[in-house]
Amino acid sequence: MTESHTAIREEVAKLCQQFPGEYWRAKDRDRAYPGEFVAALTEAGYLAALIPEEYGGAGLPLSGAAAILEEIQRQGGNGGACHAQMYIMGTLLRHGSDAQKAQYLPRIATGELRLQAFGVTEPTSGTDTLALKTTAVRDGDDYVVNGQKIWTSRAEHSDLMLLLARTSPRDQVAKRTDGLSVLLVDMRAAVGNGLTIRPIDTMMNHATTEVFFDNLRVPAANLIGTEGQGFRYILSGMNAERILIAAECIGDAKWFIDKASAYAKERQVFGRPIGQNQGIQFPIARAYAQMRAAELMVHDAIRQYEAGENAGAEANMAKMLAAEASWAAGEACIQTHGGFGFAAEYDIERKFRETRLYQVAPISTNLILSYVAEHVLGMPRSY
Amino acid sequence: MKILVPVKRVVDYNVKVRVKSDGTGVDLANVKMSMNPFDEIAVEEAIRLKEKGIATEIVVVSIGVQQSQETLRTALAMGADRAILVVTDVTTESLTVAKILAKVAAEEQPGLIILGKQAIDDDANQTGQMLAALLGWPQGTFASAVVPNGDRVAVTREVDGGLETVDLKLPAVVTTDLRLNEPRYASLPNIMKAKSKPLASKTPADYGVDPTPRLTITKVVEPAKRSAGTKVKTVDELIEKLKNAGAIA
Ligand SMILES: Cc1cc2nc3c(=O)[nH]c(=O)nc-3n(C[C@H](O)[C@H](O)[C@H](O)COP(=O)(O)OP(=O)(O)OC[C@H]3O[C@@H](n4cnc5c(N)ncnc54)[C@H](O)[C@@H]3O)c2cc1C
Repeated sequence: MTESHTAIREEVAKLCQQFPGEYWRAKDRDRAYPGEFVAALTEAGYLAALIPEEYGGAGLPLSGAAAILEEIQRQGGNGGACHAQMYIMGTLLRHGSDAQKAQYLPRIATGELRLQAFGVTEPTSGTDTLALKTTAVRDGDDYVVNGQKIWTSRAEHSDLMLLLARTSPRDQVAKRTDGLSVLLVDMRAAVGNGLTIRPIDTMMNHATTEVFFDNLRVPAANLIGTEGQGFRYILSGMNAERILIAAECIGDAKWFIDKASAYAKERQVFGRPIGQNQGIQFPIARAYAQMRAAELMVHDAIRQYEAGENAGAEANMAKMLAAEASWAAGEACIQTHGGFGFAAEYDIERKFRETRLYQVAPISTNLILSYVAEHVLGMPRSY
Repeated sequence: MKILVPVKRVVDYNVKVRVKSDGTGVDLANVKMSMNPFDEIAVEEAIRLKEKGIATEIVVVSIGVQQSQETLRTALAMGADRAILVVTDVTTESLTVAKILAKVAAEEQPGLIILGKQAIDDDANQTGQMLAALLGWPQGTFASAVVPNGDRVAVTREVDGGLETVDLKLPAVVTTDLRLNEPRYASLPNIMKAKSKPLASKTPADYGVDPTPRLTITKVVEPAKRSAGTKVKTVDELIEKLKNAGAIA
């Protein structure tokens, strides 16, 4: 059994109550970054949950971070503004040198440095990460970076970016997964000196951007691990990311289900509560069952991850099932609310837009299914 | 100065409670429990006094079921120093609690005891007053400001007519009202630290108090449903309607 972290959930809930629906609606309307919320979470140490104590974090297991993120969503908030500050540092922690860790982790733990931008996806390669075209070419003590990333979320609200770029041409590597490298880019110095960030307007408030590299010089000292091994380093962090996103979806699903069942009991039409009709009850009850099943998968993935086992299949399935459960719950919630579900004031349409993302990012459902088909069921690789 | 803060585990204020079908009480199965909100204000006030250098130690105490431990840990995470849990499974009545608290106070010798003015489960609003009487200490109830000064404390009270300030000699008993402060949420490092703060486990017998209830609840009912109202256009129409309804003669 993973720890339930009741005390953490309760205190995160109290913190979130300082940031009610009005707060999130205003940010959503203005497409503004929820800086005050992120500052409060940082100040209270929650974003440093996974950083080891020796670097100034809380040193919690993954279940602790999952509890924090689930609770934020469950309270109606949007952890997408800062969830990556919790886990991107994992790559640095696992594969960085002692000097790099000592240089960055303590300041990431206090929040003085934000490492919450992750540059992997590119416009032309999409899900096919190995086809990415951004290059980093060694020149003296620097790498010179050229290319473009897309959907680099929070780039405008991050000091550092973890960048995946090609350091050896694809046709010159021994293994197809070789030749990519991870660089830690200091964006504060880089903007205007080879780095351009352009916000992308999306259907929800997610501070996502496209990023252009034009002969950007990155010190070779900022290479994480060994040159050419970057793809493996990124993969090793993905299970944690998927599990945490899954936990967020569980929080969303619970929020939708709470709202829907409360409204179903209250709203009177034809002289009785709408929740007395099975047509209203069943979708909500089904969404609850779906959420619980997904939650159990999240717990199992966490258990494996914390035991040091390969949680690949469970982490992926947990993300898929949880994202589908939050969507089903959102659908039931909006339908239960009838016309009111569309009124911004109820927060449902906002959460509905926000939770939809997780069937696409950080990995889309189809790719999870291909993973399961290939790696769990032994069918031929389809991509 | 040491401050003693009693805290109670109650149904969370967000929960819509339901009366049990046999009318013996409210249904507590699978219901979220939390620290009584007025007690949170009491803990917060004690922590603020410690941050100002007025208090030196904050001891929190709870009387109730084993799970009240979680409520005490919440107080420790907020910033209290140590905790005492007096475990009992029977329904805690105000007088029993006041008697146990009086014994705890005799042992701990606090300069100030800060309690919530009432617990939101039974809304009795009497434990603080009973405790002050048992100890023979002065009391300042419904506090919206607590200002210690040397061996005295000025307590601003929210009374029907407005505000009243009483000047009490320490040691004293204070009960908190809603506007005294806004309680903090605990930080993650403090939640972690709270796990290793001392928590002593006791029983009512350790204090020589018999917790057997002396009151019997005869019946618990839901508040009557309000029926729909009607709108009137004029005062005359209003009077007419009230007369027809037999509300006025
Ligand atoms: C708001 C937002 C924030 C994001 N944040 C980040 C970020 O911070 N950093 C980052 O690097 N990326 C980020 N992403 C990118 C995200 O990870 C990708 O959008 C996602 O992985 C899908 O890639 P794509 O958009 O290129 O779709 P494509 O790869 O073009 O795929 C389009 C569709 O085709 C399907 N498909 C593709 N190949 C196959 C196949 N072989 N079999 C079956 N179906 C297939 C996909 O499942 C998908 O449904 C973000 C995206 C969004 C929308």
